[in-house]
Amino acid sequence: MTTVVIVDDHSLFRAGVRAELDGLVDVLGDAATVEDAVACVLELEPDVVLLDVHMPGGGGLEVIRQVAERRPAQRFLALSVSDAPEDVIAIIRAGARGYVTKTISGTELADAVRRIADGDAVFSPRLAGFVLDAFATLTPAEVDPELDQLTTREREVLRHIARGYLYKEIAARLGISTKTVEAHVSAVLRKLQLSTRHELSRWAVQRRLVD
Amino acid sequence: MSTAPIPLRRDPAHGYIAGVCSGFAARLGIDPILIRIGFVLTLAAGGVGIPLYIIGWAFIPAEGPERPVVSRLLNRRDTWLVAAGMGCLTLSAVLLLRNWGLWFGDRITWPAVVTAAGGALIWRQSQAAPDEAKPHRPALPRDAVNRAGVGAALVIGGALLFLSLNDSLATARDVVLPVAVVLIAVTIILAPWWIRLVRGLASERAARIRSQERAEVAAHLHDSVLQTLALVQKRADDPLEVAALARRQERELRAWLNDSRPAGTATLAGALESAAAEVEADHHVPIEVVTVGDGPLDEAASALVAAAREALVNASKFAGPEPISLYAEVENGRAEVFVRDRGPGFDPEAAPNDRRGVRDSIIGRMERHGGRATVHSNPGSGTEVELVMES
Repeated sequence: MTTVVIVDDHSLFRAGVRAELDGLVDVLGDAATVEDAVACVLELEPDVVLLDVHMPGGGGLEVIRQVAERRPAQRFLALSVSDAPEDVIAIIRAGARGYVTKTISGTELADAVRRIADGDAVFSPRLAGFVLDAFATLTPAEVDPELDQLTTREREVLRHIARGYLYKEIAARLGISTKTVEAHVSAVLRKLQLSTRHELSRWAVQRRLVD
Repeated sequence: MSTAPIPLRRDPAHGYIAGVCSGFAARLGIDPILIRIGFVLTLAAGGVGIPLYIIGWAFIPAEGPERPVVSRLLNRRDTWLVAAGMGCLTLSAVLLLRNWGLWFGDRITWPAVVTAAGGALIWRQSQAAPDEAKPHRPALPRDAVNRAGVGAALVIGGALLFLSLNDSLATARDVVLPVAVVLIAVTIILAPWWIRLVRGLASERAARIRSQERAEVAAHLHDSVLQTLALVQKRADDPLEVAALARRQERELRAWLNDSRPAGTATLAGALESAAAEVEADHHVPIEVVTVGDGPLDEAASALVAAAREALVNASKFAGPEPISLYAEVENGRAEVFVRDRGPGFDPEAAPNDRRGVRDSIIGRMERHGGRATVHSNPGSGTEVELVMES
C-alpha cells in the first residue's frame, strides 16, 4: 500500500484526512510544524507527502526546500484551502507534483496519492486553469519553445481537465491512451517547474495587476 | 421690454467682500471690475463708498449661500496677498478715522490695531481647524503653526507696545523677569513628561488604527462566517442544505480575501462566477468554476453569461447531486464556455418538449448575438453545453 505522511498545522484537519484515507493508503505519521515535518519525512521516508501550503515558519515551500536537500526524490502533493494563483503556482514550481483543494473526497485523494506515487502529476481543474492562464500570458516573441510553450495537445489535455473530465474520459475523447494523457500532464508539470521565464514566476503578481 | 429685468441681488459667491459690486454688475450687465474701480475711486474722494457699501450689504438680499467674508478671504490660496490687502484697507480706514477725529489717541489705537491683527490670525486658525482636520493627520500643518506664531507675536508685540507707550513697562519688568525665569525652569522640568506624552499619543493612535481594522474584520466575520455557522448548526439535520451553506460562505469569503478584481468593473469572468454562485444557492448543486483570461462585460458577453446560467440551471435540475463544472476561456476576443454535468444525459435529437429551454434560451440566445451553442450528450455519460462567442 502507498505510504503517506500528512503535514498540516490544523490538528482537526489532520485527523479528518487520516480518517478519510484509512484503509485506502497507509498513513505513516503526521506533523504540524515545518521542523517536525522535515524530521518526520526524513525518518519515515513515505512515498508521498501531503503538504499544506500555509503553515507558520515558511509553510509548505520551506518543507519542500529542506527535504529536497537530503532526499531529492521525495514526492509531494499540495493540499490546501487556498486557491490563490500565487500560492498554487509557487508550490508547484518548488517541486510539488500536484495540487488539490481540501474539499476533495477521500477516495479521490487516495487516487491522487497513488498517482503521485507512480510518478504522475495530479492537476485539479482549477490548477489546470491557472496553468493555461500562466502560459497564455507569455509573449511569443522571446519564448524558448522547448520549455515556455505548451504544445497544442498539452493545451487540449489541460482544457479538458479544466472542464472537469477525468483522465480516462480525456483519453477516450482524444483517442489516446490514459498513459499518454498522464505523459502530457507530466510534461506540463516539468515545463511549469523548469521554465525560467520570469513572467511565469511573476505571473501571479501580474495577473493581479492586469485583472 | 420683452425680458424681465434681473432683480438686484448681492452675489456673495463671486464677490470679494459681500458681493454688492458684482450684484450691481449683474443687474446692469457689465463687468464687475468697473463697479469695483468706481467704488475704490469713491474711497479716494472722501470714503463715501464705504457707508453706501455697508447699506447695500445690509439691505440687498443675497443670491445663493452666503459665506463669512473673513473666512472667504482667508480661504484663498494667495493668503499673504489678501492679508496685505486687508492690512492696507485697515490702515486706510484707521487713518480715515484719525482724520475725522474719531480717535482715542495714538497710544491706545496703534497697539490695539496690532493686537487685533494678531488676534484675528489666531482666531481664524481656531475656526478653520475643525473643517480642515483630516482623520489621520499626524500634526497641525506647518503653515497653520506659522500663522499661529505670527499671530501670537503680533498680540504680544501689541501688548508690549501699549505698555511701553504708556510708560508702565519699567515697573512691569521687575515682575516679568522672575516670572519668565520661573517659566523657563518649569519648562525644563516638564519637558521630558511632555515629550513622553506626545509619544504616548502617537502610539495610542497607532493602536487605535489597529483596533479599528480589527473591528472591521470582526464585523465582516460576524456578518458572514459566524452567521453561516449558526445556520449550519440549526440545519444540521439537512446535509444538502448544510453543504450549500458552507459552499456559499466559502465563495463569499474567498472573494473577500482575494479581492483581486477592482470594485465596480464588470468582467465576463466575474459575471460567470456570480451567476454560478446564484444558481448554486438556488439549486444546491455544487458548481466548480474555472476561468482562463477575462474580458469586458459587453452585450454579447452578457448574453453568453445568461446562456451559461440557463445551462447551469438545467444541469442543476436534471443532473443530480454530482458537481457541475463551468469552464470559461477568453482569448483574443473569442469567449468559450463549457458547462459539464455528470448526470444521466439525454439524446439531444430526441429532446422532449420540456427541454425547450435549451433551444430557446441557450441556442436561440447565442445565435441572436452572433454566437453558437452546441449540446453534447449521450445517455449515461453526462451532458456538456458548449457556448462560443466570437467578437
